[in-house]
Amino acid sequence: MDFITDTLAVFPSLIGAVPIVLQLAAGAMILALVLGLLVALARISQFKVLRAIAVFFVEVIRGTPLLVQLVYIFFVLPSIGIAIDPIPAGILGLGLNYAAYLSEVFRSAILSVESGQTEAALSLGYTPTKALWKVVIPQSFVVSLGPIGNYFIAMVKDTALTSVIAVTEILKTANILNSQTFQTTEIYTAAAILYLMLSLPLSRIVVLLERKARSRG
Amino acid sequence: MADNTIITVKDVHKTFVSEAKQSLWDRFRGKTHEVKRVEVLKGVNLEVAPSETVVILGSSGSGKSTLLRCINKLETIDAGRIYVHGHMIGYREQNGELVAERASVTAKKRTDVGMVFQHFNLFLNKTALGNVMAPLRDIKNFSAADARIKAVHHLEMVGLGDKLDNYPSKLSGGQKQRVAIARALAMEPAVMLFDEPTSALDPELVGEVLAVIKRIAQEGTTMVIVTHEMQFAREIATRIVVMDQGLIVEEGPPELIFTNPQHDKTRALLSRSGTSPQASES
Ligand SMILES: Nc1ncnc2c1ncn2[C@@H]1O[C@H](COP(=O)(O)OP(=O)(O)OP(=O)(O)O)[C@@H](O)[C@H]1O
Ligand SMILES: [Mg+2]
Repeated sequence: MDFITDTLAVFPSLIGAVPIVLQLAAGAMILALVLGLLVALARISQFKVLRAIAVFFVEVIRGTPLLVQLVYIFFVLPSIGIAIDPIPAGILGLGLNYAAYLSEVFRSAILSVESGQTEAALSLGYTPTKALWKVVIPQSFVVSLGPIGNYFIAMVKDTALTSVIAVTEILKTANILNSQTFQTTEIYTAAAILYLMLSLPLSRIVVLLERKARSRG
Repeated sequence: MADNTIITVKDVHKTFVSEAKQSLWDRFRGKTHEVKRVEVLKGVNLEVAPSETVVILGSSGSGKSTLLRCINKLETIDAGRIYVHGHMIGYREQNGELVAERASVTAKKRTDVGMVFQHFNLFLNKTALGNVMAPLRDIKNFSAADARIKAVHHLEMVGLGDKLDNYPSKLSGGQKQRVAIARALAMEPAVMLFDEPTSALDPELVGEVLAVIKRIAQEGTTMVIVTHEMQFAREIATRIVVMDQGLIVEEGPPELIFTNPQHDKTRALLSRSGTSPQASES
């Protein structure tokens, strides 16, 4: 019984890190959504330069580990005079990384809206830009809801990586506790359960959102 | 052109150029780039006067859809001129050359031309009412209340007063097409273009859509209709235009075309559809 009581006793010290995790995930998700949409638009744009920049961004981000990107932002950028605090650095790193993946989600969602709807909009007097924003993007957003939700859950878990850039989120807090008390099993079990407690309700919400979106159109 | 024509198509040429996908290996070997050209319109001339109902007939691939799409510049043209209400859509003339105009200018002019597509092209995330309201709100800047009144009016006109809140997925093909017609009409265009409005419908739903189109025609709306429904064409058209291989080969009033077709192509079309001159004599 000792193990369970000891594990439970760790929670209060870890719970304090939850707001930081949520702050990281929320901040990074907003960045990823906005940037991801911009990158997706750049990729389908008629301007070759924009397309090339977007492809380059996506390939670089997807071709390197998130952990390396975080380390790069936090430890390398200062050497060229860009010093960023741990939490903003974490938001930036996670946000850039997920923007690349979300841009692919948005791009395929935009392409999945049949061109006939755009043609109808044009024939009704929409400009191409207006048709994109008023007709196509709202629909691609609905299509994207499920994938966006799943990426958000993944991001909540990936916040653990920011422990290496001095963000005192759950894992870092656990590491610190561990170095003080050496209750390794209890501490990391509690940490794992805490992540589970965050992600399980989220996946439930994603399923409900998807179902709701599907029941319309 | 006569001052009061709604549409004037003058010597319009259109060639589709599609670049054949080239493999990396072909490019590596320095194989020349393959370009496929299909001349779809080879000098088309057409005038549509107010309140006319022009029906375009022609076999598959003769360029009917392309002609309609060129009229509101869903396709570019290579040569010739198209005027709607005396204005070119999508172009202005500079030293005798066609120059593309700004997208916002083109968009504004397109409100003069309503278009109904074979596959309805409804906005799938909007209800029947939402589909008709959207362009009124987004393009004509109607208030929500005004847009609603107008949209309900037009949906009632096409017999869908009881389906206002249905999403397209909860409408039959015939109902979807009637929503699309209401959506285009609510913008009060000077002319309506129909591209095979009933071709995608189950046979039992064709009638309801044709009936709506017929009523709109009787109210005096200027229309250009591409259809394979010969009986309907004969009843509704003030003029029949027959296209073949990118050219208008024959045109005239339906009585004449259907009873005394001059061109081989027209005869072939009529006999294939079982509307041969003899058969329709009765
Ligand atoms: N975007 C395009 N690119 C290349 N070729 C095209 C394109 N659109 C149409 N064509 C070709 O142009 C020709 C005429 O097409 P169009 O759709 O105007 O014919 P149509 O008379 O409407 O035929 P249907 O009765 O089958 O609808 C066809 O040979 C078609 O393959
Ligand atoms: Mg066609």
